[in-house]
Amino acid sequence: MNAPAYNFAYLDEQTKRMIRRAILKAIAIPGYQVPFASREMPMPYGWGTGGVQVTAAILGPQDVLKVIDQGSDDTTNAISIRKFFAKTAGVATTTSTEEATVIQTRHRIPEASLHANQVLVYQVPIPEPLRFLEPRETETRRMHALAEYGLMHVKLYEDIARFGHIATAYAYPVKVNARYVMDPSPTPKFDNPKMDNCPALQLFGAGREKRIYAIPPHTKVVSLDFEDHPFEPYRFNAPCALCGAENSYLDEIVTDDKGSRMFVCSDTDYCEGRQAAGHHGALSAAPYKDKAQGKAREKANG
Amino acid sequence: MADFDTLEADRPLLIADGLSKSYGRIAACRDVSFSLYPGEVLAIVGESGSGKSTLLQLLSGQLAASGGQVSYRMRDGVTRDLAALGEAERRLLFRTDWGFVHQDPAQGLRMAVSAGANVGERLMAVGWNHYGRIRESASDWLTRVEIDVARIDDAPRTYSGGMRQRLQIARNLVTGPRLVFMDEPTGGLDVSVQARLLDLLRNLVAELHLAVVIVTHDLAVARLLSHRVMVMKGGRVIETGLTDQVLDDPREPYTQLLVSSILPP
Amino acid sequence: MTVMIDIADANKTFTMHLQGGIELPVVRGVTFQVQPGECVVLSGPSGAGKSSILKMIFGNYRCDSGRIGIRHRGMLIDLATAEPRQVLNVRRATIGYVSQFLRAVPRVATIDVVAEPLIVNGLSRADAQARAGELLHRLNIPERLWQLPPATFSGGEQQRVNIARGFISDLPILLLDEPTASLDAANRAVVVELVAEKKRQGVAMVAIVHDDEIRHLIADRIVDVTSFAAAA
Repeated sequence: MNAPAYNFAYLDEQTKRMIRRAILKAIAIPGYQVPFASREMPMPYGWGTGGVQVTAAILGPQDVLKVIDQGSDDTTNAISIRKFFAKTAGVATTTSTEEATVIQTRHRIPEASLHANQVLVYQVPIPEPLRFLEPRETETRRMHALAEYGLMHVKLYEDIARFGHIATAYAYPVKVNARYVMDPSPTPKFDNPKMDNCPALQLFGAGREKRIYAIPPHTKVVSLDFEDHPFEPYRFNAPCALCGAENSYLDEIVTDDKGSRMFVCSDTDYCEGRQAAGHHGALSAAPYKDKAQGKAREKANG
Repeated sequence: MADFDTLEADRPLLIADGLSKSYGRIAACRDVSFSLYPGEVLAIVGESGSGKSTLLQLLSGQLAASGGQVSYRMRDGVTRDLAALGEAERRLLFRTDWGFVHQDPAQGLRMAVSAGANVGERLMAVGWNHYGRIRESASDWLTRVEIDVARIDDAPRTYSGGMRQRLQIARNLVTGPRLVFMDEPTGGLDVSVQARLLDLLRNLVAELHLAVVIVTHDLAVARLLSHRVMVMKGGRVIETGLTDQVLDDPREPYTQLLVSSILPP
Repeated sequence: MTVMIDIADANKTFTMHLQGGIELPVVRGVTFQVQPGECVVLSGPSGAGKSSILKMIFGNYRCDSGRIGIRHRGMLIDLATAEPRQVLNVRRATIGYVSQFLRAVPRVATIDVVAEPLIVNGLSRADAQARAGELLHRLNIPERLWQLPPATFSGGEQQRVNIARGFISDLPILLLDEPTASLDAANRAVVVELVAEKKRQGVAMVAIVHDDEIRHLIADRIVDVTSFAAAA
């Protein structure tokens, strides 16, 4: 089943050790970006090479892997990464948040609350939150070292000056453990509160930028804001059209070329779970129930 | 009545002692010593290559000296050797109690962010966390440097040269520094714009009781702004004294040459 | 009475390095005193060194040797050896100087040019402007000009603005360099009046005046500068 040419989880053991050392260091210094020797992966940069390397380094044969892309288990990227590890590591895969022990994600945190013994691995395109205003790497490193974070507020100030409110909707900067300012990867700011005091370990991998950082379980994560413009999570003001959820993060789906649209949960597992439990949205149809039950679990390659 | 003889004003703010900088065998700055007192404006004049910009960088801690030292009386009243400060302390000093006005405003401003944020950045850097108050302070400072508050959300790249320079000054003064370094602040400006800027600087310096070290090759700027002058040549201070004394009664051959080289207005 | 100005054996020579280092003696052995409320007028032909002596008292020209004693805050300070900072303090609190020409600051309104010495010493802008207005009024500068910068004024008007600026403060020593040179009779009379008022306030003055009539009216004593002329 495992192609004999591959080591377990694709990467060779030395590389995995190197990445694990970086991960340990990242956990020891919450929010600090640890450089690591990122490898070429069999996928293009921007497709999750950082996340895949972190996942490969922490995956054990007993793990159950879930991969989501913008909350969805069934997009091309999520499926191919899931299959990649099913093939190279032979681990069990799932779409259930509850069942997974390792969840690799691009741009979302699952709606179901995470628990201890879970690891959330984020794919990160640009790990440096200060990059927007300060192009020099030497300077941003110094700013982190000296905790000079005034510049972060300059970005938020610009938002308010331009739009009347903090318009940054994703990659919303957070302060971790009252020390390092961190880019939470382009997750919607709706997910920011989930990072705070989270029982699961959160790891961030940026392949092209060669950085790994982490939030250990139960770490304080605060979204930056102004006293008179406090942080506010944002979601479309509508229930999910399929499961009727009032407090999940929604995707806007355009349904024709006349401007019709529907809002549905971005977390497909959550949405399907709710529908299976009998919740209904305005546009849900009966067949969804069966389909949801039929697709809820899947063990790849047994 | 403002009393300039008080104890506070009697203790120097910045002390240079035997300051030297050499690049290999070339001495860019040789054995410069002086004391700068609160509210005092010192002009460093001399032609290009005389070492005046090197001296400014040494004084402001941006360049390590080959010899001698610079000490500064911190806000807590303790005078400390700049070279012995930690980097964090030095950087904090630089963006709170000091200002640095560059000849080219693009060097001292963030050209892509709004004027308001440019002014507010130093406040946010020292922990201001109230948008309304930051903006209020920024508007206030824009007014003080004669920039229309309606332009507060425009980026400085849409500003004229004179406005940029005034914005840079506002950005530096917002934290109430006691010492401001200026490197040819009127250098790249038209004559009429220069006059306005000089007048503005002159008023702000007096009003805020700022100590200033200003590098200029323009003796008219030195005369208008400074109390004291240091004339530099070949990395050495060759003459120093009250500005009007040095300019009206120059002693050194080189100073006499400088003074006599001014075109009549 | 306490002497306000006490000059003893002051010498001044210019060395012109650009002209092959020739020495140009200006004055030698300058010695005189000025009491409070006294106006001393320096006399002598052009080039005798009158203006140079005035500039030496103000600390504008350096003194090669001798003493320039100035009573500053109750103490006699020698300006010939004083630190630049001390000289500045003396100028702020003790010596005023009315030069021949107004060194106009671009863009500053006339009223503010005149009020500035008071503001520098801590008076509120409103009060300082009120006093500046009074003086400008006395010197016949029409009110419509007060908000304009003096750079555009005629020579006589500039001179009067300069006088107003010089006379506005309450400094105990005043140096006057040709204060009436380009004034008409009416304004000359105002200046004479102003000098008389300063005398009553106990201000010590040193003046250069070419007009015999004015000299007569303001001088308590005349010091002939020719006796200090440096023999080349």
